[in-house]
Amino acid sequence: MSAVTDRLPRLLSLVPYLLARPGVLVEEAAADFGITPRQLRRDLELLWMCGLPGYGPGDLVDLSFSGDTVTVTEDAGMRRPLRLTTAEATALLVALRTLGEQPGVVDTAAVQRATAKIEQAVGDAGVATVAVDLSREEEATAKAVRGALDHGRALQILYYTAGRDAVSRRTVDPMRLLLVEGHGYLEAWCREREGVRLFRLDRVEEVTELDEPSVPPSDAEPTDVSAGLFAPSEEHRSAVLEVTREARWIAEYYPVDEVVEHPDDSGGARVLLRYADPAWLVRLVLGLGGAARVVEPPELAAAVAERARAALALKMED
Amino acid sequence: MSAARAERLVNLVLCLLSTRQYLPAERIRGIVPGYADAPSDEAFFRMFERDKTELRELGVPLETGRQSAFDTVEGYRIARGDYELGEIDLDTEEAAAVALAGSLWDSPELSGAAHGALRKLRAAGVEVDETRGSVQPRVRATEPVFGPLLAAVQAGQAVSFDHRRGGPTGEVVRRTVEPWGVVSWRGRWYLVGHDRDRADVRSFRLSRILEPIATVGRPGGVTVPPGTDLMASVRRNFDYGPVTGTARAWVPAGQAHGLRRLGTVVESRAGGDVLEIELRSERTVARWLAGAGPDVVVLSPPSLVEHVRGLWAGALAAHS
Repeated sequence: MSAVTDRLPRLLSLVPYLLARPGVLVEEAAADFGITPRQLRRDLELLWMCGLPGYGPGDLVDLSFSGDTVTVTEDAGMRRPLRLTTAEATALLVALRTLGEQPGVVDTAAVQRATAKIEQAVGDAGVATVAVDLSREEEATAKAVRGALDHGRALQILYYTAGRDAVSRRTVDPMRLLLVEGHGYLEAWCREREGVRLFRLDRVEEVTELDEPSVPPSDAEPTDVSAGLFAPSEEHRSAVLEVTREARWIAEYYPVDEVVEHPDDSGGARVLLRYADPAWLVRLVLGLGGAARVVEPPELAAAVAERARAALALKMED
Repeated sequence: MSAARAERLVNLVLCLLSTRQYLPAERIRGIVPGYADAPSDEAFFRMFERDKTELRELGVPLETGRQSAFDTVEGYRIARGDYELGEIDLDTEEAAAVALAGSLWDSPELSGAAHGALRKLRAAGVEVDETRGSVQPRVRATEPVFGPLLAAVQAGQAVSFDHRRGGPTGEVVRRTVEPWGVVSWRGRWYLVGHDRDRADVRSFRLSRILEPIATVGRPGGVTVPPGTDLMASVRRNFDYGPVTGTARAWVPAGQAHGLRRLGTVVESRAGGDVLEIELRSERTVARWLAGAGPDVVVLSPPSLVEHVRGLWAGALAAHS
């Protein structure tokens, strides 16, 4: 929202805000509105000039300052904030419902009570226009992780790494529980790998809270997820794949750096795909059965051919 | 907004809240400070029109009406009951949930609106502390078309846009859609609505919709049918259908963990395990199984065995 349209809603909220908190610190009020104390004082000076027709003493908004605090003494009838707009009610209620449908991550009973109270206070504001689904397969894991975070304890987990198609047992010091792009993640210091890792909750196969404290090193930096989870990193390599129309979906499903459409109108394309683990890429291409061909690196193309040949040689009666 | 205009608008709101009668524009001009500065009638009416629009955009319920049948001009007032946010009393846990919800969105449109909501709740006396806890949910919406589409949904206005069918290199088709809502499913955003060209309900992945979004017709022209389940409209596209059978496959001990996660071990045999996996789409299961290569032997049904061997033969031919 621009500064131009942001000031008026703030001015309309300020008097009721101050009425509800007599003697609030100017600094605290400014922080609650996300502005500087100087801007807040300018707003208050403006409100001082406002009031009811007649504009005599008693009709105007009146404020009293005492040290660093401020109190409303005359409200000119501005006792409650303006009701929520449809957009505001939508943003808040959809977020609440989303959290409420994600058991384990938050206190869902409190979320549901808050949702009901806010629905009642805002009345009917047509909030069905946005819907969010977060995966729900991870309820038990999320609960265990939240417990460990609350108690400040370390966790032992059995974790499936999709890249390597393997499971491993790790001892981790939990840092945060994240919900990003539809999935829950535990961010923790991994003692085996000596680094901060994100563990997708639906890939945690077992979880045990340990009897020892969670002690991530003080220099353990939280992962920056603001650019998404598939931000390019040095660990990633690139492969060039030729895909037919049938396998073109992989360019939308997996992180790709470049897609060049074939000029012949066949629907095929040349794709520059990022990957962390060669075995993962070989599995992907084997499953596509000739609809995707590895052009580079050549050793991966050879690995695909070899795995396919070996698979075709195996037979077993049921 | 200039200080003078902000002051005038606050005074206008206070004036209209305090009156039970409808006040004609001329009367407002006489009593609300700021309007007296208007050098002409025309300048005043222009100013007043802009102010009314501004207030309506903020959600101020400005009523128009006549005091009696004898009145010749319309007047204005604000009904306090429609203006004021209702009473709301949240305990500490409920307020914490609201704070968390307020920080869920990671898109300028929705996070701006959520913060506007929190500001009003604080003004209603609710203590909402947004200092970060150990749980951080984020729902991102970074597609550039998100804002215009959400605006069209909320305005109830049809839209027209170019849509890239089938992904990043697909052909571009023009669509005209009555937008019903936007849905985030498995971390991806979709527009759900009535596709006028195909006369049916459709969902469009936002990353496949190209800028710019053109609006069609007047705001309020789109009605969402009662009982519409937006999420179901998206989910339907990913429905693998009912279970049609069971796939059986052998995997070596300690290998093919991905496949083991998809099924259940039913017996141990020949240094490995036999897995059973629910069959919905044979194509999808065949792709999963083929990916494991020599770390799997598909046992049944025979059509699946042939399907997987066909994929391997195709992969081998493409790489020889």
